[in-house]
Amino acid sequence: MRLIVSELACERGGRVLFSGMSFTVESGEAALLTGPNGAGKTSLLSILAGLLKPLSGAARLEDEGEEIELSEEAHLIGHRDGLKSQLLVSENLSFSQALLGSPSLSSKAALATLELEHVLHLPCAYLSAGQRRRVALARLLVARRPLWLLDEPTAALDSASRAVLTKLMGDHLAAGGLIVAATHEPLGIGAAEIRIGGV
Amino acid sequence: MTRALLALISRDLKLATRIGGGFSLGIVFYLALVAILPFAVGPDLNLLSRIGPAVLWIGALLATLIGLDRLFQADEEDGALDLMRMSGVPLEAIVAAKSVAHWLASGLPLAVAAPLFGLMLGIEPVALLGTAVSLVPGTIALTFTGAIGAALTASLRRGGMLLSILVVPLMVPILIFGVATAEASRPGGVSFTLPFLALTALALAAVVAGSAVGAAALRARP
Repeated sequence: MRLIVSELACERGGRVLFSGMSFTVESGEAALLTGPNGAGKTSLLSILAGLLKPLSGAARLEDEGEEIELSEEAHLIGHRDGLKSQLLVSENLSFSQALLGSPSLSSKAALATLELEHVLHLPCAYLSAGQRRRVALARLLVARRPLWLLDEPTAALDSASRAVLTKLMGDHLAAGGLIVAATHEPLGIGAAEIRIGGV
Repeated sequence: MTRALLALISRDLKLATRIGGGFSLGIVFYLALVAILPFAVGPDLNLLSRIGPAVLWIGALLATLIGLDRLFQADEEDGALDLMRMSGVPLEAIVAAKSVAHWLASGLPLAVAAPLFGLMLGIEPVALLGTAVSLVPGTIALTFTGAIGAALTASLRRGGMLLSILVVPLMVPILIFGVATAEASRPGGVSFTLPFLALTALALAAVVAGSAVGAAALRARP
């Protein structure tokens, strides 16, 4: 599987954020998007997720020469986590699983991997910022999708959770997955760095 | 896909009944509107029973508008809408499923409560039944028409007012045929079937148009 981004340009609010962006990510590889605030890292991830139309250029996912639908093969974990405060953690995760399809781990097993099993029956409203982020990350495990788009995945995480996340990403890459992550901090995985904006 | 849509409907029903869900908001507003009317119009039972079906319909229309602004806005704010757009399920089906859940939680209860509230207006029993029956396709039509406005104002703060301005004109034909159906159910009224069929046709058209236009509006967000 291969993610091919060619000559991508993005415009937000009448301003061109970046243009001529081209890179390729192969199965088992990760790409780190770096750059100053407002450079367009989140916008690039939204384009890859199929939520935002690029100004020009295209991003596509190929599997053995055949093009497959990008947004249906990707997980996007961003600042807006899509968790409902009124629902239990278990209800949130089982909804994500039913919605996204191709189920893999159960909600309970996914939370156990993230060392968060004890919050399974709590409403999301009671979670701390770090716990909430980890519940959002558990979505990566309840539905199997090869491309992970992570926007500041380590935000609000403590050092133990960062280590768990690093291991999860390592396992995903070893299993032939792809990762594109926007970050300001090293993630502890071997990755090609792609700089957006500035010099 | 069916599994995803059923999960979406049951999630929205759960959210509607939890704290802050607004499940009871529309029905309480409806009750308040019907209950204060006799104080304004006066205790003339003949007059009340004559305008009763129309009052029940206007109340149902206004009660439908309440809560519609949050139909897509809540999911837009917290990113759940992005999750739905990445599910591979067509956005039209998602808009339809969310509208169905909204109708089950706030539209259908209005139709069920209408005969009860109609008692306070002194409407004849057979007309009570007719009004309730007309409100079943009527609230479907109102909800799906409203979904267009909800989708257009999904990313606006305080979009409720704009939503009302956008969709109330579209709801006028539904109101006309709805009240005509309710009036026709009175003893000695004209044929009930004809306006009822027209109303049902409007409901079916609203289901199709609401889903398609709503999805297009959500896709066009900046």
